[in-house]
Amino acid sequence: MKAVITVTGKDTVGIIAKVSTVCADKGANILDITQSVLGDYFAMIMLAEIDKLSIPFSDFVDVLAELGKTNGLVISAMHEDIFNTMHHI
Amino acid sequence: MLNTSEILETINMIREENLDIRTITMGISLLDCVSEDEDRLCEKIYDKITKKAERLVPVGCEIEKEYGIPIVNKRVSVTPISLVGGDISPEGYIKVAKTLDRAAKTLGINFIGGFGALVHKGMTVGARNLIEAIPTALAETDFVCSSVNVATTKAGINMDAIALMGKTIKEAAYLTRDRDSIGCAKFVVFANVPEDNPFMAGAFHGIGEPDSVINVGVSGPGVVSAAIARAGDCDLSELADLIKKTAFKITRVGQLVAHEAARRLDTPFGIIDLSLAPTPAIGDSVAHILENMGLTVCGSHGTTAALAMLNDAVKKGGVMASSHVGGLSGAFIPVSEDAGMISAVEQGSLSIEKLEAMTAVCSVGLDMIAIPGDTPADVICGIIADEISIGVANTKTTAVRVIPAYGKSVGDSVDFGGLLGRAPIMKLNDASPAKFIARGGRIPAPIHSLKN
Repeated sequence: MKAVITVTGKDTVGIIAKVSTVCADKGANILDITQSVLGDYFAMIMLAEIDKLSIPFSDFVDVLAELGKTNGLVISAMHEDIFNTMHHI
Repeated sequence: MLNTSEILETINMIREENLDIRTITMGISLLDCVSEDEDRLCEKIYDKITKKAERLVPVGCEIEKEYGIPIVNKRVSVTPISLVGGDISPEGYIKVAKTLDRAAKTLGINFIGGFGALVHKGMTVGARNLIEAIPTALAETDFVCSSVNVATTKAGINMDAIALMGKTIKEAAYLTRDRDSIGCAKFVVFANVPEDNPFMAGAFHGIGEPDSVINVGVSGPGVVSAAIARAGDCDLSELADLIKKTAFKITRVGQLVAHEAARRLDTPFGIIDLSLAPTPAIGDSVAHILENMGLTVCGSHGTTAALAMLNDAVKKGGVMASSHVGGLSGAFIPVSEDAGMISAVEQGSLSIEKLEAMTAVCSVGLDMIAIPGDTPADVICGIIADEISIGVANTKTTAVRVIPAYGKSVGDSVDFGGLLGRAPIMKLNDASPAKFIARGGRIPAPIHSLKN
């Protein structure tokens, strides 16, 4: 099972490091990252495998959301199926 | 393989355009709860509902979190109670309503539908007793919703039942006069009622349904509205195509959620209801879609045509996205629950007569319309008879949910808060149809040839 993690907010030093640390910590394997910085606005999309998560996925969603809050970012993790279902037949 | 723009489009729909799943509704049959003893009946009903739907709210919350899509309501619909209660007294029916309310509170759901009867051709003792109990049941419960089907295209219109509905609505308004007559917001009168509708206040679990079932109502007026705004000055063929594509995407999400909910609750999947259900939130309005299509204000001439096209395109787009479609499926136009409709009424652009015309081409009917508190019962019966005849003649579902707000008149408004919203009191033609209504009897089923 894969999750799409999106991070948006004001660009600061170490965003990718912070998110990757949480992923590594909780057993999410990062498969792909795309990121762009427009002016001082940061947007990153990560695809991660979550089969071996050490905590339930819903708790992982909370941990990332909390990390976002403390760093002034919006971080969401969503099951990839919502994107696949909506855009692919 | 997913690409960035698809991911961002979905996230934008959810965060900025109010895309959500409006409701996961579990339908539960209560036919096996029948009992000669009132208390035993209530006990069986409470036990069955709380057992079957025990995990509905936690599973809904779980899906919401995993897929990152808000699921606004988790609800339950049950077999029309008049079929379960039989000939128990009106007091007995009130006891059942309180039992349903207690079950809803235990489950943590926000509405339970099915306190109703099907009387399109005639009334059983049970149906009559239940209808007598409706005003008190609505006044003394928080979450119970009630509906009565008074007509079908095959049976015609039961005018005796409509005469009773006027009185029922007036009494419900009076008994909840301290709360802007909110009782009436939980009561709908139907023609051609669907048996698998997940939306309140008209949801119930039909007799042809399995023991329990999951029905899902999708939403997304904001998403359609934003897509139309982005499309610029294209012609109506292109616009219809765009609405279809958007409806398809919205419905696919509904299908995914319905499938997951059914699997996790070990309950069969019933239908997806393809509806554009507005909320009072800014950017979640059906009226604003029509205005983005090119109307200056909803209610102007051209509104019915725009709505007809919107409704048709939503169905065409949604139908392919789901394995089973049912319920009400169409654009809802509840006045109090739609910021654009409220504003159109306040500007004097949208009248009840125009709303009636709009219901001929969309789902569902005259919905959440506040009218003067001193409106006589026979005028309310006239409103119902008109609306119901549109449904019967056109073989579609129509419904009436009007609120004769006690003590209020044109210029005032009612405010229910939350999803039920706020409604300005609308002006009516108050010439009396009393003699027509008092005739009673049935209006025969319409002929379906010689169409003109």
